Amino acid sequence: MVDAGTIFNLQGAMLTEKEVWEKLEVVKDPEIPTLSMVDMGIITKVEVNDDLSVAIEMTPTFVGCPAIKMMEQMVYNCLKEAGIEKVSVSTNLDVAWNSNKITERGLLCLKKHGLAPPPKHEGEITQELLEHVACPFCGSKNTETKSPFGPTLCRSLHYCHNCLQAFEQFKPVV
Amino acid sequence: MNTATIKELLYKVADDLLIIGHRHSEWTGLGPILEEDISFSSMAQDKIGQSQALFQLLYKLGEPEADTNAFTRNANQFCNAQFVELPNDEYDFSTVRHFLYDHADQLRFEMLAHSSYEPLAKLARKVKGELKYHVFHANTWMVKLSQGTEESRARMQSALNASWNYALGLFEESKFEKELIAAKVFEGEVALKSKWLSAIIPFIEKAGLKLPPEKEWNPVNGGRKNFHTEHLELLVKEMGEVFRVEPHSQW
Repeated sequence: MVDAGTIFNLQGAMLTEKEVWEKLEVVKDPEIPTLSMVDMGIITKVEVNDDLSVAIEMTPTFVGCPAIKMMEQMVYNCLKEAGIEKVSVSTNLDVAWNSNKITERGLLCLKKHGLAPPPKHEGEITQELLEHVACPFCGSKNTETKSPFGPTLCRSLHYCHNCLQAFEQFKPVV
Repeated sequence: MNTATIKELLYKVADDLLIIGHRHSEWTGLGPILEEDISFSSMAQDKIGQSQALFQLLYKLGEPEADTNAFTRNANQFCNAQFVELPNDEYDFSTVRHFLYDHADQLRFEMLAHSSYEPLAKLARKVKGELKYHVFHANTWMVKLSQGTEESRARMQSALNASWNYALGLFEESKFEKELIAAKVFEGEVALKSKWLSAIIPFIEKAGLKLPPEKEWNPVNGGRKNFHTEHLELLVKEMGEVFRVEPHSQW
């Protein structure tokens, strides 16, 4: 038995989309080495064609994200190194990224990296949602927002009055 | 809908973003406190990235490649509003302009998210979420600085007075206005301006500032029709300087 969606080539080699997704799990965010691009939710489409070529589509977290070309290259390199001969990687806005697309595992990875994960939102973000973000170190909500902009476009700056530490949040984005 | 109409719309939005983005970037290294330095730098990065995405849409419609378009045109080929090309001056003016412009920009992208021109609608649905942070930042500082000291309040009021007629120039109508509205590409500048007024007035009141009396409202138009102040020429020259040295180099 083979999985539905398994593609064989003429030599009998095969590849499934699930296998490609698994291979991609080792590609990490260049800024957050604990978080994979898959868990970040920026890989939007994996397609295995009849000739076993693979087409990947990605979506940017921010339109102006300067890392997107580099991330395309990392995805490409990963699949080439895994022995896939024909790989194409492109970025488009067919699926717009928002912070709810980060997986549960991804949210834990962010926390492990010392970043407050973005709270789930209902398609609307208010300035109040940014206040009193739970501190990733001690869990206290006795915190304040220092700035909605941090070291990268996807992070904001906060301060915890309980453990007296500055921390960053991966911003909620609609 | 003919492409000339769409192109005109894309150009004005792209040029506004590129030019204000460049102005914001001039605060890099000069911000009054580190967080503010980072904020203006981040907003610059967002805005220039968003303009690049619009230039890519224009490229698909037969216009020059994005970098060429952004960095090799002359000042009299830009159609940004004059408001965004004015020099940064001091933090009071930069903050007031950021506040007035970003509310307009966010509302514009919220409208464009429903555009019948799907490539633009797709981009707008993403951009409008990003711009929320720009608006939050602007609202915070607009109120904070206006409620600081007597001097800071007076400075913010005079920056608002100096900005106002330029800000109204953001809503200069296109000669294709009727077609754009009829084809549901864009709801139009009149509708945008009215939403903008409703959005900004509560914050201006909260800040304790006063709008100039309505009889003195006199939009500084012309930017959309390629008429600019002398400041744009210097800006464009500096912005494209590196690109023009070696236009074919790979980055």
